[in-house]
Amino acid sequence: MNISKKNLDKVALSEKEYGLIVQQLGREPTEVELGMFGSLWSEHCGYKHSKPLLKLLPSRSKHVLIGPGEENAGVVDIGDGQVVVMKMESHNHPSVIEPYQGAATGVGGIVRDVFTMGARPIALLNSLRFGPLTEAHNRYLFNGVVGGIAGYGNCLGIPDVGGEVFFADCYSSNLLVNALCLGIANKDRLVRAKASGAGNLLMLVGADTGRDGIYGASGLASRAFEEELELRPTVQVGNPFLEKLLIEACLELAQTDWIVGMQDLGAAGLTSAVVESVAKGGGGVEIDVNKVSRREEDMAPYEVMLSESQERMLVVVRKGYEDKVKSLLDHWELHSDIIGQVTDSGLAVVKEGEEVVAEAPVNLLVSPPLYRPRNKKPAWLGELQSFDMCDVPDIKLRQCNSILLRLLASPNIASKEWVYRQYDHQVMDNTVVLPGSDAAVLRIKGTTKGISLTSDGNGRYCYLDPYLGGVIAVAEAARNLVCSGAEPLAITDCLNFGNPEKEDVYYQLNECIKGIARACRGLRIPVISGNVSLYNETKGEAIYPTPVMGMVGIMDDVNRHCTISFKDEGDLVFLLGPTLSGGKESLGGSEYLELVHGLVKGKLAIDLPLEKRVQQCCLEAIKRGIVKSAHDCSEGGLAVAIAESCVAGSVGFRGEDWKISERLDSAFFGERQSQIVVTISPNSITKLNAIARRWQVPLTWLGKVGGRCLVVEGYIDLPLVKVEKAWRYGLKQLLI
Amino acid sequence: MRFGIIIFPGTWSDRDCYYALHDVLGQEASYIWHKETELSGYDCIILPGGFSYGDYLRVGAIARFSPIITTVEQFAHNGGLVIGICNGFQILCEAGLLPGILLPSSHLQYRCQWVNLRVEDNSSSFTSRCGKGQVLKIPISHYEGNYYADEATIEKLESNHQVVFRYSTPSGKVTEEANPNGSLYNIAGIANKEGNVLGMMPHPERACESLLGSTDGNLIWESIIEYFQKKPG
Repeated sequence: MNISKKNLDKVALSEKEYGLIVQQLGREPTEVELGMFGSLWSEHCGYKHSKPLLKLLPSRSKHVLIGPGEENAGVVDIGDGQVVVMKMESHNHPSVIEPYQGAATGVGGIVRDVFTMGARPIALLNSLRFGPLTEAHNRYLFNGVVGGIAGYGNCLGIPDVGGEVFFADCYSSNLLVNALCLGIANKDRLVRAKASGAGNLLMLVGADTGRDGIYGASGLASRAFEEELELRPTVQVGNPFLEKLLIEACLELAQTDWIVGMQDLGAAGLTSAVVESVAKGGGGVEIDVNKVSRREEDMAPYEVMLSESQERMLVVVRKGYEDKVKSLLDHWELHSDIIGQVTDSGLAVVKEGEEVVAEAPVNLLVSPPLYRPRNKKPAWLGELQSFDMCDVPDIKLRQCNSILLRLLASPNIASKEWVYRQYDHQVMDNTVVLPGSDAAVLRIKGTTKGISLTSDGNGRYCYLDPYLGGVIAVAEAARNLVCSGAEPLAITDCLNFGNPEKEDVYYQLNECIKGIARACRGLRIPVISGNVSLYNETKGEAIYPTPVMGMVGIMDDVNRHCTISFKDEGDLVFLLGPTLSGGKESLGGSEYLELVHGLVKGKLAIDLPLEKRVQQCCLEAIKRGIVKSAHDCSEGGLAVAIAESCVAGSVGFRGEDWKISERLDSAFFGERQSQIVVTISPNSITKLNAIARRWQVPLTWLGKVGGRCLVVEGYIDLPLVKVEKAWRYGLKQLLI
Repeated sequence: MRFGIIIFPGTWSDRDCYYALHDVLGQEASYIWHKETELSGYDCIILPGGFSYGDYLRVGAIARFSPIITTVEQFAHNGGLVIGICNGFQILCEAGLLPGILLPSSHLQYRCQWVNLRVEDNSSSFTSRCGKGQVLKIPISHYEGNYYADEATIEKLESNHQVVFRYSTPSGKVTEEANPNGSLYNIAGIANKEGNVLGMMPHPERACESLLGSTDGNLIWESIIEYFQKKPG
């Protein structure tokens, strides 16, 4: 073998993989070919460690038109000839190195995935994870990421309607930036990422190609790294203005019959855009790198093929229509070059003028070897799970008030207004429920329908129990949608893990996906798209296994949507789901246990059939107009859920006759699954009872809405102003 | 009557303005690309919000040189109604159709939030349907919305009743807390001396249906419509 280990490391290929390439090609690969194989066979593009596991996820339902891996994003039918197009993707590694541009180009990339398919992007969400804000560097990263998302998304005029932010030590050197984009299209005008029909032309549109982002896919996103500074040039710089022009031009192109397909340039740049779209078309391709407009002089073919310069699109133009396409692009002041054409050779041929610099079978390029490494339940996991809660002293009666306030002010629970008010969440005139609720609600113009969107994933749970953590991630996202009055329709997921070549990390990945699959089947929600981000670790320290579920739901009548806020004095407050005395398991992995006792330990529990019944019960009650507010219990437990509904509605609560037979901390702050706090008018009590009985869901009376205080008789008594102050300023005061 | 909505590269409130006028209020409206130079047949011209040319230079500084702007100047000179919203307000200031400038917000952050606007002058063609002192609930979404002008200009604006909207509390008190961006004297919208050109930072096209949280923005469009209904000839 005529290649050094160092050069293979550069393209993240193993010696065995190199051997396979030589064997299949029947010769040593050229330099350009090696770069192309390296990026296409990288974890980021080739999913070589995760593909076998991802097959476990259910991906079909009567609504699904396009499932995972088939196109740039998943597609579900919402009726009336319309579809929603949805995808979530991580931009973790670039954001660690350059938070503003990393996050900005993460938004740019996910938006391109959606409008490439001919869908107008109408919503963005972000799931973010950082180390504690008490560390200066984390504050820099946090400010940079939020600024980058705002800077890019606001310029595009796409509302950023929701998401989540969570802080934990393990994300200090490995923050997570997961961006979700949802678009809407007419079913009959969907565009495929397909290059087919010999003689059709490949047109590269948008930004010129520079040296930025080379090795992004293979180097940055597909291995663990020790030293981060050297990788700064692998991060790209975004130009949202150019992207905005691309959106408008591509959506106009999608309405014509002049094109065969479109594919955006993302990870691995021209290499993956050309090879993957040709692979879908089933033919071959020939391109000339000399035709690609450059930002810099003297770029080698290798650099042109692997550059990850942003805001570029590959348009496959029907032969004979190139002038029409060019004139449309000229109107939007967009540069375009014809760089090659589709062939029927089955080969990807790259030329520099007359000289062939790469010539490899398309099928080989897109067929990396797949791995199922050994996995083993780590010994430390058993130890964490077997922790006995009796070793933790219960809180004293007089501490209930102060601990509730502490939890409300915890950055994981406190209001995220500081973040989302920097994002335009109202542009496009569709946003019915603004960020800050369980789920965002958007109306679909021209219909009575609404869609509901959320993203969820508790890494702490998955660290303690990857399987149940995966189950809970799906259950909680669905519960959030149900609380807004929507029927869950589909999932796009982002799976963020450490180095899969380690047995314990692969165990986490394996178990978590099995858990997600179990919940998807149980709740009948398919996964239609997503992304896997591995190697989220620095110096051997991996993040919590963090699967994030982006979920969309639908409601027939958007006027019937529901919010978390308590509405009117005298309304009755009930708890759907497990009752107060649910045992000490509810403390496992809770925000309370970490904040007050500094422990991340314990067991998780969820009864999936009960979860489903609770959701069905709540949804029916909302649809029938009985429920006036609904809010699920999550981080911080029941007391926090009630406090949030009080603050949102600017009205108090009085809890009466709470029968707490076990620990106080578990009753108030334990994180039981499948619990929803709902309010109704006093005259709806019979109806709610009947619905709960029919679904066999336990119903517990908690108290009444009213007054200016949050009271649970005998335990908690706090003025609403104090509750609101803790929650509203908890995050802000850390940032002053 | 007919509304014209100008689109610069990077504009994004164009579709929302169209929706509010056409779909909600049933008015005739069309889009006008910034390279056009003809505005005959239009009664009111809208410069919508967005990031014209990416706001990479001083906001509005490039769009101000678009071919359509010369025609807009002529249109305004002849008494036509012109309304600039957000980025449109910034462009009108850069073009000299309105005095003053929009600086970055005093807190140096982009802000998207509901604000309350007190109607300072309800005699204008843009506010006749509002009561004087009425408080409108309309959202803002900007970074550079901090209105500034020298003292002499401000004095002229005040004495000519050109300050149309001020940020206020829900009950109409003009306080520092109610000011979302540091604008001088809480100024949120101003008109030219003749009263036919209005610039405002908040987005009336977003407050067009109760489902979205407010219909107060429609009062501005309805005032314009009323002006043309009452206009002789």
